[in-house]
Amino acid sequence: MKNKLLPFLIILSSIIFILRLIWVQLINIDDVKLSNKNSVEKVYNYPERGYIYDRNNKLIVGNEPFYDLMIIPSELKIVDTIEFCKILKIDKPTLIDKIKKASNFSKIKPSVFISQISKIDYAVIQEKLWKYKGFSIRKKSNRNYLLNSASNILGYISEVNDYEVRDNSYYESGELIGRQGIEKSYEKKLRGVKGVSYFQKDNFNRITGSYKEGIYDTIYKPAKNINLTIDSNLQVYGDSLMSNKFGSIIAIEPNSGEILSLINAPNFDPNLLIGRNRSKNYLKLKNDTIGKPLFDRGLQGMYPPGSTFKLINGLIALEEKIINENTKISCSEGHFYSKNRFMKCHCKPGTENNLNTAIYNSCNTYFATIYKKTIEKYSDTKEGMDNWNKHVSSFGLGDYLGYDHPLGRPGLIPNSEYYDKWYPNNRWRAATTISNGIGQGEILTTPIQLGNIAATIANRGWYITPHFVKKISNDSIDARYKEKKFSSIESKYYDAIVEGMYNVIEKGTAQNSKIKNIKIVGKTGTAENFIKINGTRKQLTDHSIFIGFAPKDNPKIAIAVFIENGYWGTRWAAPIASLMIEKYLNKNVDRKYLENYILEGDLTEEYLKPYTNINFSINE
Amino acid sequence: MNNEVNIRRIDWTSVLILSLLISLGLGNIYSSSQAYLLDSLLTINPFTKQLIFALVSIFIFLFIQILPNNFFIKYSSILYVFSIISLIGLFFFGNEINGALAWYQFGGFGLQPSEFAKPITALALAKYLSDINSNIRTIKTQFYSFLIVLIPIVLIILQPDPGTVIIFLSFLLVFYKVGLPSIYMNLFVGFVLIFFSTILLGPFNIISTLIIVTIILFYLFRKNKKFIKKIFIYGSIFSIFIFSVDFIFNNVFEQRHRDRFNIVMGLEKDYRGSGYNTNQSRIAFASGGMFGEGFLKGSQTRGNFVPEQHTDYIFSTVGEEWGFTGASFIIILFCVLMLRISKRADLQRNLFSKIYSYSTVTIIFTHFFINIGMVIGLVPTIGIPLPFLSYGGSSLWAFVLLFSIYIKLDSERTSKW
Repeated sequence: MKNKLLPFLIILSSIIFILRLIWVQLINIDDVKLSNKNSVEKVYNYPERGYIYDRNNKLIVGNEPFYDLMIIPSELKIVDTIEFCKILKIDKPTLIDKIKKASNFSKIKPSVFISQISKIDYAVIQEKLWKYKGFSIRKKSNRNYLLNSASNILGYISEVNDYEVRDNSYYESGELIGRQGIEKSYEKKLRGVKGVSYFQKDNFNRITGSYKEGIYDTIYKPAKNINLTIDSNLQVYGDSLMSNKFGSIIAIEPNSGEILSLINAPNFDPNLLIGRNRSKNYLKLKNDTIGKPLFDRGLQGMYPPGSTFKLINGLIALEEKIINENTKISCSEGHFYSKNRFMKCHCKPGTENNLNTAIYNSCNTYFATIYKKTIEKYSDTKEGMDNWNKHVSSFGLGDYLGYDHPLGRPGLIPNSEYYDKWYPNNRWRAATTISNGIGQGEILTTPIQLGNIAATIANRGWYITPHFVKKISNDSIDARYKEKKFSSIESKYYDAIVEGMYNVIEKGTAQNSKIKNIKIVGKTGTAENFIKINGTRKQLTDHSIFIGFAPKDNPKIAIAVFIENGYWGTRWAAPIASLMIEKYLNKNVDRKYLENYILEGDLTEEYLKPYTNINFSINE
Repeated sequence: MNNEVNIRRIDWTSVLILSLLISLGLGNIYSSSQAYLLDSLLTINPFTKQLIFALVSIFIFLFIQILPNNFFIKYSSILYVFSIISLIGLFFFGNEINGALAWYQFGGFGLQPSEFAKPITALALAKYLSDINSNIRTIKTQFYSFLIVLIPIVLIILQPDPGTVIIFLSFLLVFYKVGLPSIYMNLFVGFVLIFFSTILLGPFNIISTLIIVTIILFYLFRKNKKFIKKIFIYGSIFSIFIFSVDFIFNNVFEQRHRDRFNIVMGLEKDYRGSGYNTNQSRIAFASGGMFGEGFLKGSQTRGNFVPEQHTDYIFSTVGEEWGFTGASFIIILFCVLMLRISKRADLQRNLFSKIYSYSTVTIIFTHFFINIGMVIGLVPTIGIPLPFLSYGGSSLWAFVLLFSIYIKLDSERTSKW
């Protein structure tokens, strides 16, 4: 027996298993294939969608009940068509059309007649509904945005489309899904998992009770609440500063990578995209081709970074030992960067700049020269270019940053391959790409990338991938939002740059942005900007840019401001940044004169210029 | 001795069956991890991970085959010591996942040393029992061989990982096979039977049944003094046990363990809590029917209704998408593989290889029995994987290791003739 025990057990259990399979798969299966059974009704129980709070636990997105009017065509009896149309706010042809559609779907099964009726409309309808047979009300809940701001961050939800229903087994027609922003990227956390109950129905289609005592029912898993990293006070304040201007403000807490605010201007009320008027409002927003409110400039806008990029070139030159902080380069209203090629600069003739003065005077000659030397450090220009590209890329430029928002653009940081394509057969030199030295040329960055540069400099050499979510109920956030990423520049080189940036405010280009008792550090930028109108290239007024952080030591906020067609950096971007910093660090703003100047600033005329057919002048 | 690998002596039929099982596992993991694939293509999903694990397995297999003959006899003690150290190390460097301190974490990749302890304990046991000085009928040998199994058991209980402990308990079958006196086996089987029947019927019914049976046996065999003595011994041990069962069940077990027993034995219905997995898995099987709903079409699988479906509940994917046909095909594959190994173990002349091969069958069988039994609702929920099919790098590699060593030892068998 000992020798046969094991084979005996093996064969015996295999036989038992197969017999059991016959039982559960072939014989005792009446319980199953529930969804195909006509005698069983499947009803989903939805968990309430998760709440969204800001970083200070202030509720910014909640839920509000709404109602669907359901119809069962076979039981339909309308006594007063005119009154009925009136309370539903539809006309007669629509009514007939809707009834026809519902009958096509099923004569005996309930289907949605009018969806997303608000509380107020529901109050009217439910009073009269008893007169009309064949209708019933189904209660659901919808988003309620308590903060009239941050629509670009929060995104919105809407009903799933047919494509999604077919492609994803979880969703069924009529359910809601996160469409954009945080609602989309954290859809699974925010929605929870729906439960299902089965009900037994009799042959008159009436529910007689729970199917098989509810053995196949599942209960829903509750959704998770989310805390954003956004400071809603700062966000709303930023919105007000940006009124009548197009552009973006991004503020980041440098040591955590938490995004304190991301302002997109023009903005829109998130409540426009819920309820019955959603698609009408959406179309309106989409058709605004001048303001483009649905286009998130902070995440999707790719612009040349202008002079702010000089900081990066300075850091690279230090790391590559092209210069030290005392290296002097002279400038006389510009310089010849190659034979017969002159680059202009606003330095007076005979100026000698070291790194510090070059930063706060924003000297083109200085940074173009060190950029050229950086590329020419290697005998092979291509190698020099790729080495430069490697350094720049370590700041998170030229690629998607990896934050938790579905929108984004990679920007562009050219490499040797890029120039080979444009100038084949080695027809390009360092001088060809000289504009890169001053942040013009081929380089494109998004404002959030600029904000990240500010955070990296604030941290003296590292950043944490910027992100929007601080806490998810009891879950921790993704590990990649805790990991430090280091730039390829040694930490010791940052101090010289930071000193230069400090002088930008103290005695340089942005003296109007000083704040009492707060050491603020930054760099202005002015980016040239061209568009195509009817096929011809036209120059528009420059973009106004500022990046910076404060306080200088132990920074609490890093910021990037981008104002479309705002002309030079000091005009709009720097004061806006300094007001944001003051608001965040001091909670209120003392410099009312500056605040008023910004609040009243109106660039609308500037934005309309390209659309008027008259010739216009720029940079005035 | 000839150290070359003789390809013709490798048991290719078993290798083929094994490869088939792993491939079927991959297919079903692909299906059951659709939810992950949809989530994001950028994150590494279970399927690609398992594919990589499977490819690495090929190298594990080949590596074992080119090792010198007698490698395992020589080094099994060292391997055993390493394995025990790795289990102890968990308490210092391990990561807690799902309440068990069972994993080492290297970046995004986890290693579960208790999985590898299975084949290595089998090696150590084979080495000790095949020693010329060992005799399983002596108390000394029994003590040491129990100790070899008991050390990992204690370390794994502390993690705690009750599923894996049961696998180690199955070594009792190997002891029995190599000549352990039957009293151990009888007591063990008696305990298990009494345990279940006591929970089902209550201690007083069982004790009265036991007394009646004893009296009848006394009467029938009143002339056989030896047998009377035996009945007396068993009877008293079992009666003590019956009373302790009640105590163990109510005081030692945690509520979740009690729930699982109660559900399988039909004492309680809880389709939302503990019974959720078992019930959802049953629906999956029922909707599979004769030929299944088809690859990637199982509604339970696609809807992600069965939790842990790509790991412990992978067999329910088979049941739903490939139906009765597919599910019984897998059972038959396992049955053939185990019978084949068991038959070839009988032919082994080298005692080390023989005992190791028995251990291989026993380990695979216990997993097979508990996992499939659990998924089709015959055995309480115990979290252990289905060999070769379930998702998981450590478990797959450990099984491939177990199997590769068997193939290696089996190919040496014929080389000695």
